[in-house]
Amino acid sequence: MNLELSEEYGVFRQEVSDFLEAHKHIAPARSDRNIRSDIWLNWQKCLIEHGYAARTIPKEYGGYGASPDPLKARIIAEEFARARVPGGISGQGINMLVPTLLELGTEEQKQKYIAKTLSGEILWCQGYSEPGAGSDLASLKTSAVVDGDDFVVNGQKIWTSTAQYADMIFCLVRTEPDAPKHKGISYLLFSMDTPGIDVRPLMTMTGRAEFNEVFFTDVRVPMHQIVGQRGEGWMVANATLTHERGMLGDPDAAVNRVNAIAELMQEETVDGDRIMDNPVFRDRLMDLQSQVFAMKFNGMRLTTASTHKQNATMAKLIVKLQGCELNHQLAGFAIDVMGEYGALFGKSPYLRDNGIWQTQYMFDLGLIIGGGSAQIQKNIISEWGLGMPREPKPAK
Amino acid sequence: MYFGLSQDQQMLQETVLRYLEKASDLGLIRQHLEKDTGLLQDLEAGISDLGLPLMLVPEVYGGLGMGLLEASLMQTALGRYVTPVAFTGRYVLSALAFQGIEDEDKRAAYMGDLANQTKQFAIGLTEQTGAREGSGLSLAGDLLSGRASFVLDFHGATHVLLPVGDHLICVDAGQANVCELETIDATRNMVILDFENAQVDVLSSQFRATTARLVDAGRVLLAADSFGAAEMMLEKAVAYSKERKQFDRVIGSFQAVKHMCAEMAANLEPCRSFLWYAAYAFDAVPEEAPLMSRLVKARLADVGRDIARGTTEVHGGMGFTDLLGLHYWFKRIGLNRQLLGGPVKLREEAAQLQGWVV
Repeated sequence: MNLELSEEYGVFRQEVSDFLEAHKHIAPARSDRNIRSDIWLNWQKCLIEHGYAARTIPKEYGGYGASPDPLKARIIAEEFARARVPGGISGQGINMLVPTLLELGTEEQKQKYIAKTLSGEILWCQGYSEPGAGSDLASLKTSAVVDGDDFVVNGQKIWTSTAQYADMIFCLVRTEPDAPKHKGISYLLFSMDTPGIDVRPLMTMTGRAEFNEVFFTDVRVPMHQIVGQRGEGWMVANATLTHERGMLGDPDAAVNRVNAIAELMQEETVDGDRIMDNPVFRDRLMDLQSQVFAMKFNGMRLTTASTHKQNATMAKLIVKLQGCELNHQLAGFAIDVMGEYGALFGKSPYLRDNGIWQTQYMFDLGLIIGGGSAQIQKNIISEWGLGMPREPKPAK
Repeated sequence: MYFGLSQDQQMLQETVLRYLEKASDLGLIRQHLEKDTGLLQDLEAGISDLGLPLMLVPEVYGGLGMGLLEASLMQTALGRYVTPVAFTGRYVLSALAFQGIEDEDKRAAYMGDLANQTKQFAIGLTEQTGAREGSGLSLAGDLLSGRASFVLDFHGATHVLLPVGDHLICVDAGQANVCELETIDATRNMVILDFENAQVDVLSSQFRATTARLVDAGRVLLAADSFGAAEMMLEKAVAYSKERKQFDRVIGSFQAVKHMCAEMAANLEPCRSFLWYAAYAFDAVPEEAPLMSRLVKARLADVGRDIARGTTEVHGGMGFTDLLGLHYWFKRIGLNRQLLGGPVKLREEAAQLQGWVV
């Protein structure tokens, strides 16, 4: 154990902090989610030039070209958070498609898509889940039939976030209906402007349409728009799913949540007594804080493991399950701290903390389910982490 | 930055685990508990050969000069094999206590006694974490009176270390009126000691801050012991679930069982890093040690209890019997939970430390 940063990192932290001081006046507001605006696109360009976005993507594909260093990545995140300046554009294109293309795309695909995705010029959505294919994703039915030089796509996707804004979709389709389910899938890239695509917003319990349903009717996709070979789509998709799991969970965010709840407990009163003075509430806060610390140190261990190429399989496998569950519990606890006020919503008077806890409580439940539900995470932990056998297939 | 164990620490851990796997086999422990087989002497000699008694003794006194992280790794190994040998109080807390003696000659003498094992030390800290009925010690000059309960590692000890007010004293074990307590954990029975004008050696009269540090260290060690025991229980449950068949399938293929095991693993794994940090902080970031030692013990008390229960359940009826001996781990975790403060008390203290209790 040595938690001191070597001089190189101290210098690097200073560089990041100097950059932020010099450039924060051109940064978009953190609440500004319009990533198509000039201010966002210019900010993204500036960040890539300085190595604070697309840091490890090769220069030839529009990245900064640094070698991976999880510690520097962490320092960047910490300094941006400290300065309250938004980091670069994120999203499924940058986080999932780019790494997949780098690994499995053709040279032409890399040239055509990576730089424009990184710059924010092309926005992507992900066409994986279907109404009948959620946790059992490989049972997906959207079909792609060859006709001349094109695939003709028919079917429906669901949980497609950002589909209403996206320029392109990376989409799983069934091209070989007679092959075993994992071997009949292909991974296609196509424009959301292609005729035959219908996007319908899907309103969730939070009152917002965070997702969409996407319908395909005779959508023609040129055959060269495939990543990998026909029937290899499952393998290609799993490369991106690994990237998605790596995306979730930020231990320092949870530490901040605990501190925010502690503040809330000192402000809220019932019968004139602060919630913090109620020992039952205090006990629960401390219980949650102990779990947050455990996850924070688990995250630090993972940073070291990835820098030093150490095996920390179990520590990694549990992050999504534990992180999402813990965040959800924190939000639920904050609501209990507020009591009746905790049930206020929207633009109600007397709303506390802009109503974020109630929204968070609902949204975090979505995260527990999405990106591999808690049940699937437990299968993965028990099978890959503990070596327990798979559920046997029922006899047909 | 490096968050993890060094190669030396990993090797040390592997060496001790390899030794204990054979030397602290449950069969041997059972025979010993039934009829003294001399196992204790064998284990004491074995861990001495591996250098465990010298770990926390500074090099200048002939020790290895290691820290609480290394000691916690050893404690984890001992918990893993429910080893009935004195370590926590005998070698770790005593060495840390002697480090707090201001008088150099006295410190050197006691460190020497520890390093050469000419004296065997027990330590009583329970009065520091909440005095129970009739407990409490008083010192008049060099005469000690009163009661010390749940003294750590008393069996086999020649001397007892006790913080009393601002002081640390050492008293000959023979001066105590001993009340033997039978605990759930047969590997570690406890005692209550009564003293009446017992002649003591006063080792320090400015010891209050060190006493608090000893309690912190003791809590981290007990958490480490529970971590080792819980990790072993979970491994046993997973192994059993891959062998045991019901409905023509190994039970480990049922999601109900897999998900129980996954939840236990998901709760336990982050505790490993938490424990490393709490032990590391004791030496390297002392200002964080009071909070980390409390919260890590509170967390492992709860995770340990859940795993003790859950893994017993995975073993079904066999888990409940004496045949598999799973209850040795169950009980070890059960005793650790209560010693030096249970989780509710620890969490309240943690809130106090952060200024949240007025």
